[in-house]
Amino acid sequence: MADHAVPPTPLEYAPAPESRSIVDLEPSYGLFIDGAFTEGTDGGTFKTVNPATEEVLAEVTEATPADVDLAVAAARRAFRGWSRMPGRERAKYLYRIARIIAERSRELAVLESLDNGKPIKESRDVDVPLVSQWFFYYAGWADKLSYAGAGSNPRPLGVAAQVIPWNFPLLMLSWKIAPALAAGNTVVLKPAETTPLTALLFAEICQQADLPPGVVNIVTGAGDTGQALVSHPDVDKVAFTGSTDVGRSIARAVAGTEKRLTLELGGKAANIVFDDAPMDQAIEGIVSGIFFNQGHVCCAGSRLLVQENVFDEVMERLKRRMATLRVGDPLDKNTDIGAINSREQLQRITELAEVGDAEGAERWSPPCELPSSGFWYAPTVFTGVTQAHRIAREEIFGPVLSVLTFRTPDEAVAKANNTPYGLSAGVWTEKGSRILAMADRLRAGVVWANTFNKFDPASPFGGYKESGYGREGGKQGLAAYLQEGETT
Amino acid sequence: MTTTTTGLGSAADVLAVLRDLPGVDQVGLEARAAALSTRSIKKGAKRTAIDLAISMVDLTTLEGADTPGKVRSLAAKALRPDPSDPTCPQVAAVCVYPDLVATARAALGAAPVGVASVATAFPSGRAPLDVKITDTEYAVAAGASEIDMVIDRGAFLAGDLLKVAEEIVAVRAACERGDGTHAHLKVILETGELATYDAVRRASWLAMLAGADFIKTSTGKVSPAATLPVTLLMLEAVRDYRDATGRQVGVKPAGGIRTTKDAIKYLVTVNETAGLDWMTPTWFRFGASSLLNDLLMQRQKFETGRYSGPDYVTID
Repeated sequence: MADHAVPPTPLEYAPAPESRSIVDLEPSYGLFIDGAFTEGTDGGTFKTVNPATEEVLAEVTEATPADVDLAVAAARRAFRGWSRMPGRERAKYLYRIARIIAERSRELAVLESLDNGKPIKESRDVDVPLVSQWFFYYAGWADKLSYAGAGSNPRPLGVAAQVIPWNFPLLMLSWKIAPALAAGNTVVLKPAETTPLTALLFAEICQQADLPPGVVNIVTGAGDTGQALVSHPDVDKVAFTGSTDVGRSIARAVAGTEKRLTLELGGKAANIVFDDAPMDQAIEGIVSGIFFNQGHVCCAGSRLLVQENVFDEVMERLKRRMATLRVGDPLDKNTDIGAINSREQLQRITELAEVGDAEGAERWSPPCELPSSGFWYAPTVFTGVTQAHRIAREEIFGPVLSVLTFRTPDEAVAKANNTPYGLSAGVWTEKGSRILAMADRLRAGVVWANTFNKFDPASPFGGYKESGYGREGGKQGLAAYLQEGETT
Repeated sequence: MTTTTTGLGSAADVLAVLRDLPGVDQVGLEARAAALSTRSIKKGAKRTAIDLAISMVDLTTLEGADTPGKVRSLAAKALRPDPSDPTCPQVAAVCVYPDLVATARAALGAAPVGVASVATAFPSGRAPLDVKITDTEYAVAAGASEIDMVIDRGAFLAGDLLKVAEEIVAVRAACERGDGTHAHLKVILETGELATYDAVRRASWLAMLAGADFIKTSTGKVSPAATLPVTLLMLEAVRDYRDATGRQVGVKPAGGIRTTKDAIKYLVTVNETAGLDWMTPTWFRFGASSLLNDLLMQRQKFETGRYSGPDYVTID
């Protein structure tokens, strides 16, 4: 256009790595029981690696049933004092923990990205701020429990056994520990085998906050440790977030006991885009819905339902946007998609995507160079998918999107609900009445309108059907840790 | 309305196109702009971005107190932004009122620096159309290579979209030079007065359909002036417009962009929205005055490793 047309200048982003130096990693870690780090009873250990490089970060202790016994006993002893402490006193500890998390946020974010593989921009801007907010929010509830919907004189349940997944290690810890402590329970928490490090740093934060010994205990280990914990006879409450298969076995282990149980399991959320959607923002929502945290999100918008008359336009825009995604070093501030958390998970994603190929779905990925070491999967979209495809039914838990079409709102609802899961859904339309009508009919615990993957401590989160039962967050998440007291 | 330069034709067609534009979700748009703001541009990338930003500046003085002397010193600054460093790029253009175009053109000589002139009863646009056309013709005759016009926001807000479009078409015709070339037309939407993002998208398309070579956010005389979300939205508009018609249109945020850090956020937004084709002063400009010196100080830091301070860059 100008009289002297100037050729364009490409802007290649230089590496912008966040420094690791803020994190002090020990070569090995014990268990956090009764306010102190202790060695395990039989000295078994396992390694946790950085999934972006396969470098060993630290050795962690494998807790045995005997270790779990000690942890539960410590929680039981601490429960006496903690449950009788006035709510406003418990709140002080929770506020203190929330503030320390905020103060040490950079350290927590770097460690989370190292151990989990998620981009630093997410751990820094999403995970850790939410973790701090969760503790602040439930600190506020600690002296207002009679308004939590569990009667006028609610009592804590006792000792809570909590098992959490590897996709949001610290955020899931906060979802479990903050409401439990606010309600006056004590906890034994087992972080995921591949991502134990931020939980152990959290243990250090509990010490820094002078939390009474035994109120929070952290035992590390794999499935056997988790099983010993949830089936321990002296726990009153079990809270689990993870896969539907493990959730089933936990439900069996708990069946017939007095234990209360909440399960937050898998999902295959429908993200529904109508032809009158705010198109540019819908594309952003599709991208964050499936590629946020590499798609390792139980409520990920992994099934895109697009109204058939805008399918071509949506796909063209989505592919153009996907081509700008930056895959690589999780500690680089410009990385959009980090590493897959483990070799096993990469294997699972690869296998399910191959099923999609075999079923005749059309695969597309933008050109992107993946690092040579570590575990990586390019952002992928499958078109030509129907409800009859396995990749439309099974949770892939990776950066893989299946795209289906629909013709009418009724058909969108029918297809969205036609799943064994029911954790979340998204609706994209400029028509407010349609948003409300869809939200009424979608059988999912969370329905996002013109946004996706947004979390807030005041908002309850949980599933229908095979996505589990019980709610976390908000007042409802507090009630899950309370029982009705005698009316006075 | 007469046929537009895009050949999209009748008034009914234009209104239909505007009606069919997708809506804008405010929260989502602002979240995307905020996300783009977190890109970390360091080392060589920052160096590249600073020089590119300097070459995109429309160095501006639009004051009632402007004099030939002021404009000549602005022109000198445009030609030699950093007199201590001959490798520093020149800016894209200087931007002045119509009566000072000839002064600016003479001061710039044969250098490849444009003279942009605000016309059409800038900044309010509240004058009869023939006055606006005379204003434009005067500036073009005096040697303006670019005309920054304002749309009639009153007509737009009153729903008279065709009046807005007809004025743009008429001003575009006034930009013709008679030798087949024309002064490039930048159309200022004054987004701060349009109030909603949906209106900004409609106004962007209206301006492009009516023949704008560039769409520009603001006059700089109204607050808020340029913002990143509005610029992001306009970049989406030019991208989609080119997809629909094949014709490329430029974008110019103006007003309130004062720091290198801000300028780089805009460049990142261009890079990841409209893409590489717009990463040139031919298709992207900054309307700015104080921004240039901040860019120069940042540039000097690359040379010396230290921040120099305001007395090591020139005032105009």
